[in-house]
Amino acid sequence: MATSLEFPIFAAPYLIVAADNLIEINDVDYWYDKRRAILSGIDMVIPRGKVVAIMGISGSGKTTLLRLIGGVMKARKGEVRVDGQLVSELDTAGIYKLRSRMGMLFQFGALFTDMTVFDNVAFQMREHTNLPERMIRDLVYLKLNAVGLRGAHRLMPSELSGGMARRVALARAIALDPMLMLYDEPFTGLDPISLGVIRNLIRRLNDALGATSIVVTHDVQEALELVDYVYYMSDGKIVAHGTPQEMLANDEPLVHQFVYGEADGPVPFQYPSRNYAEDLRMGARHG
Amino acid sequence: MERSTLDLWVGLFVCAGIGALLILALKVGNMSGFSTADTYQIYARFDNIGGLKPRAPVKSAGVVVGRVGDITFDNGKFMAKVVLTIDKHFQFPKDTTASVLTSGLLGEQYIGLVAGGDSANLAQGDTLKLTQSAVVLENLISQFLYSKAAEGDTKK
Amino acid sequence: MAERSALSVRGIGRFTTDGVLRLGYAARFIALTLLHSGTSFRRFGLIIRELYFTGVLSLIIILVSGLFVGMVLGLQGYETLQTYGSESALGVLVALSLVRELGPVVAALLFASRAGSAMTAEIGLMKATEQLSAMEMMAVDPIARVVAPRFWAGVISMPLLAAMFSAMGIFGGYLVGVVLIGVDEGSFWSQMQSAVDFRDDILNGVIKSFVFGVAVTWIALLEGYDAPPTAEGVSGATTRTVVTSSLAILGLDFILTSFMFRGV
Repeated sequence: MATSLEFPIFAAPYLIVAADNLIEINDVDYWYDKRRAILSGIDMVIPRGKVVAIMGISGSGKTTLLRLIGGVMKARKGEVRVDGQLVSELDTAGIYKLRSRMGMLFQFGALFTDMTVFDNVAFQMREHTNLPERMIRDLVYLKLNAVGLRGAHRLMPSELSGGMARRVALARAIALDPMLMLYDEPFTGLDPISLGVIRNLIRRLNDALGATSIVVTHDVQEALELVDYVYYMSDGKIVAHGTPQEMLANDEPLVHQFVYGEADGPVPFQYPSRNYAEDLRMGARHG
Repeated sequence: MERSTLDLWVGLFVCAGIGALLILALKVGNMSGFSTADTYQIYARFDNIGGLKPRAPVKSAGVVVGRVGDITFDNGKFMAKVVLTIDKHFQFPKDTTASVLTSGLLGEQYIGLVAGGDSANLAQGDTLKLTQSAVVLENLISQFLYSKAAEGDTKK
Repeated sequence: MAERSALSVRGIGRFTTDGVLRLGYAARFIALTLLHSGTSFRRFGLIIRELYFTGVLSLIIILVSGLFVGMVLGLQGYETLQTYGSESALGVLVALSLVRELGPVVAALLFASRAGSAMTAEIGLMKATEQLSAMEMMAVDPIARVVAPRFWAGVISMPLLAAMFSAMGIFGGYLVGVVLIGVDEGSFWSQMQSAVDFRDDILNGVIKSFVFGVAVTWIALLEGYDAPPTAEGVSGATTRTVVTSSLAILGLDFILTSFMFRGV
């Protein structure tokens, strides 16, 4: 059964009414200038303990949504609630406190290039806690071991491959055992083995930490194998949402084109241009 | 880079910098030492101080014995009142003469002290009785012209 | 024709408003940097680390340039002074030129091109590779952690580097004047000592280099922090740092000189 915005969320068969929602987004709009809305009318619920994917083509507003959840940007309209708190009402100290309970994995890792792998993972521990160095050392090894890179702790980020860098960034993101993990395009540009590793880690860490994870991606294959729930966005709106099975079965053209990777469909192949014949004939006239 | 090596280099750098500053301050420049040494102040009045400025040297027999302090205008006597700050090591008799002299031909102006013969010495706050004002170039020239004209007259 | 002049007038207007906006942004930036400097001083190691990269690594260029500038002053000065029979004043010429003007200004220009552009590039790249965003998401203020330590390191290094430049320059002048050409060593140093006053010349030079340090570091950090997060953005920002810093140094030099050396 296809689900879409016309059906209120609580009618969706998958929805968890019983469990707590970590994140609730109600009717959120965001724009830089009023004419071009980046997000409009977003309604989203992220239940605790689940891995949720936010998918869409480039420019559909996925990264902006992540930023709103992290409190980097404020919604122009509507509410964003994280763990019951209204993000827009938090002051700087409150936002920093909220962020220390979140971990974010950036697209290419964003490791600090002037520090070793060890120092990168230890960064948050050193900045936010008063733990002695011995304890920090043990914790860093723990986190690096979880991602399989304990032996690389002396290397500099410039000496790591793309996949390794992303894994170290993951270890850094989970340094303080966050309750919410945000992944910005974690699968981009990785070889199949690294893809499998990251996918594996996202699920295992989520369950081990008892955390909730949001994965922003346009890699359909990986996402549908990994996540519990999917939101599909297009042009700043949520077009469809459901379990992976529901998304595969969804026959709405926009969703279908994305899920099955069709070259042409509601999102056209040709960039808007003049009539083809006109263009050719004009060339012939000049030649 | 090891933390200790870093600290070492930065420490050396800061030391070298402060060292350079000290070299400049002590060896290259002069610290106008009289600001720290013990001094006493005496006053002198001049009809014309010319281009004398505060902090100009006060010399006797060509040796610097002090510095010029404040220069003010005495509205009662219509003369310039100059404060001379003299090093306590040097004592001058009460009838010392102070003149405004020029170093070199067109250099900066300074005060020259010529000691007198009085047995009593100047104390803090005393005023010099004998002063000689600065030589003003225009007066010299007009003097010269007049004397030339007078010579011409007597010749005739 | 009228349309084009209207466009250029609008262009000038936009240029001015952009300039004013940028100035406001720059002022807010420096205010934030100063406000968040507490972390830099509490964890002084951060400043020490940046002192290494701004100060120590600039030493070679400063010392070598200082030496060469001093030697040239010695040569040129001797040529000119000789025609007036005042070769013994060579020490005065070299020392005063360096301590009052060339030391602070040239050292600041070199600092801007070496350390200033490096700072801009570093911060610009950190922005482009999302390191600053990552820091923000980890609840660490990038201004307190990245910008402020570099600011204080620059402000501390600049007067020290200028002093070293002047000292090396005087040594260079001595090498050329006394050792090579044969000006009398005694009069070289003694005339210098009597002509160079600590308060008027040296202290003023130090104040100048301090002001230049603030200006150059401020501009470098601002351009880096504000750079577009692309390759062209960062390279453009680096160029702008060097150009704007140089103009600022020369302009401030004029203003400071007219205050300090008026009628001395």
